[in-house]
Amino acid sequence: MSNIPADLKYTKSHEWIRAEADGSLTIGVTDHAQEALGDVVFLELPEEGRSLAAGEACAVIESVKAASDIYAPVAGEVIGFNQEAVDAPEAVNADAYAAWLFKLKPAAGSDLSVLLDAAGYQAVVDAA
Amino acid sequence: MAKQTPLHATHVAAGARMVDFAGWDMPVNYGSQIEEHHAVRRDAGMFDVSHMLAVDVEGADAERWLRGLLANDVSKLRTSGKALYSCMLNPQGGVIDDLIVYFFDEQQYRIVVNAGTADKDLSWMRRNIADTGANLTLESRRDLAMIAVQGPNARSKTWSALPGSEAVSAELKPFQAAWFDEILIARTGYTGEDGFELTLPANRAAEIWTALSATGVAPCGLGARDTLRLEAGMNLYGQDMDDTVSPLDAGLAWTVDFKDSGRDFVGKAALLAKPQAQEMLGLILDDKGVLRAHMKVFTSAGEGETSSGSFSPTLEKSIAFARLPLGTSAGEAVEVEIRGKRVAAHTVKLPFARNGKVLAA
Repeated sequence: MSNIPADLKYTKSHEWIRAEADGSLTIGVTDHAQEALGDVVFLELPEEGRSLAAGEACAVIESVKAASDIYAPVAGEVIGFNQEAVDAPEAVNADAYAAWLFKLKPAAGSDLSVLLDAAGYQAVVDAA
Repeated sequence: MAKQTPLHATHVAAGARMVDFAGWDMPVNYGSQIEEHHAVRRDAGMFDVSHMLAVDVEGADAERWLRGLLANDVSKLRTSGKALYSCMLNPQGGVIDDLIVYFFDEQQYRIVVNAGTADKDLSWMRRNIADTGANLTLESRRDLAMIAVQGPNARSKTWSALPGSEAVSAELKPFQAAWFDEILIARTGYTGEDGFELTLPANRAAEIWTALSATGVAPCGLGARDTLRLEAGMNLYGQDMDDTVSPLDAGLAWTVDFKDSGRDFVGKAALLAKPQAQEMLGLILDDKGVLRAHMKVFTSAGEGETSSGSFSPTLEKSIAFARLPLGTSAGEAVEVEIRGKRVAAHTVKLPFARNGKVLAA
C-alpha cells in the first residue's frame, strides 16, 4: 500500500510536486519510489540557478541496490535544493514527502496541467 | 512464470519485496536491506538459497571425474563432509560456474551450483561424463531446500531452533559438514561471517525457517546477501567472472590447483598458455557517490574496470571489486568514472570486512 497524499501532483516517473503559494514548485520522490529503491544512500541534486527542460534528468538518487534518475516535472530554474537530505539520504526512506529534494521556479508558460493528480498516480502505481 | 522456492509463500506472507533473480521469484529485502546486513555482521540472519541446485555425484569414477572436471583438486578432501570451493572451467579457461563440492567418500560427492547456471552446468557435466566415459550418475536434487544461517550468533541460534543438532555440528571446522538426521549442516556461507548452510527436505523448509525466526534469526534478502559477500571479498558469478574470464584474472588463482602435475583438468592447458593478465583488487571510494559494476578505473599503469560495486553498510562508504592492470597494488590512488565525472578512490586488498570487523581502510 503506497501513501499518495491528495494535495500533491505527481509524474509517471514517480516524482511528487507541491505547488507553493509563491508559485514555486517543491519536488521529491514518492513513497512508492522509495519503497522500490530500498535504502537510499546518496543524492546528487541540481545546483541553484540551473535551468531545466521539462523531463530533463536533473538529479540522481542511489540506493544500496541501484541508481535512478530524477526528472524535472516541468521546465524551470532551480531555486534551491535540500542539503539536509544530501547529508542524510535515509530521510527519503523515513518520509518521502517530508524529504523534499529541490525547488523549481517554473518557466513562463509552463503547463502544470500535464501533472497527475493522486488518483492518476495511483493508477500508474497499480499498473506497475 | 518465475520459479518459486519451497519458502516462497513464507517470504510473501512476511511482506518481502520479491524480485526476479535468475528466473526465480526471490526476496530482495523484507524491510531495510542495511538492517538485514547489520543483523548478519552483528548477530544472526538467514537467507533462502533454495534456488541454488544440489547435484549428487555417485559412482566408481566420481573422484577421478571430478579431478578432471574442476580446477581445484578434490583429492584434497579426505574426511567425510569436507567441502571445497572450485571453479568449473571451459576448455578456453573461462569460468562456467563456481561451486562448492562436498565429499562423503571417493564414490559420493555433492556439488552445489548457482541458480542461473544450473541448466548450463548440468548439460556441461553430462557432456563431460559422456566424453570421458566416467562410470557415475548425476542426480539433480530439486527435492531439497537450502537455508543459510549466518552471523556471530548463527550457530548457537541454529542449535536452539534444531534441538539435538549441536551434538553433531559443534565441532565442525569451516568448510566441514555433518548429517543431522536428514539435514546436512555445513559450516559454510557467503557472507564472511561464521554460520551454517542447511540443506534439508523441501517439505520441512517452512517449519525450520519459522523455528529459526523464533530464536531471533533475522530473515534477510538477496540485497543484503550481495553487500555482505562484496564486503567479504567473495565473487559473484556472472558479475565478477563468467565464461570469458580466467579465474586468474578474477582473484581466484588460489582455487586453481596446479600442484599435481599429473592431473589434467578442463581449462588447464588454456590457463598455462595464458597467464594472469589483470589484478583483482578492492576499491574504496573517497569522493561522494556509489560505485557500480562496469565503471572505468584509471590507474597510473592504465585502465581497468569495476566488476561489482555498492554501498558498504559496515564501512559506510562505497566499495567495489575491480580488475586492474597487472602490478597494481593495494594503497594506490585511482580515479573512477561515474556518470562522466572522474572521482577519487583507492585500491585495497580484499576482503573489506569479515567476522564483524573492518579489514580495509
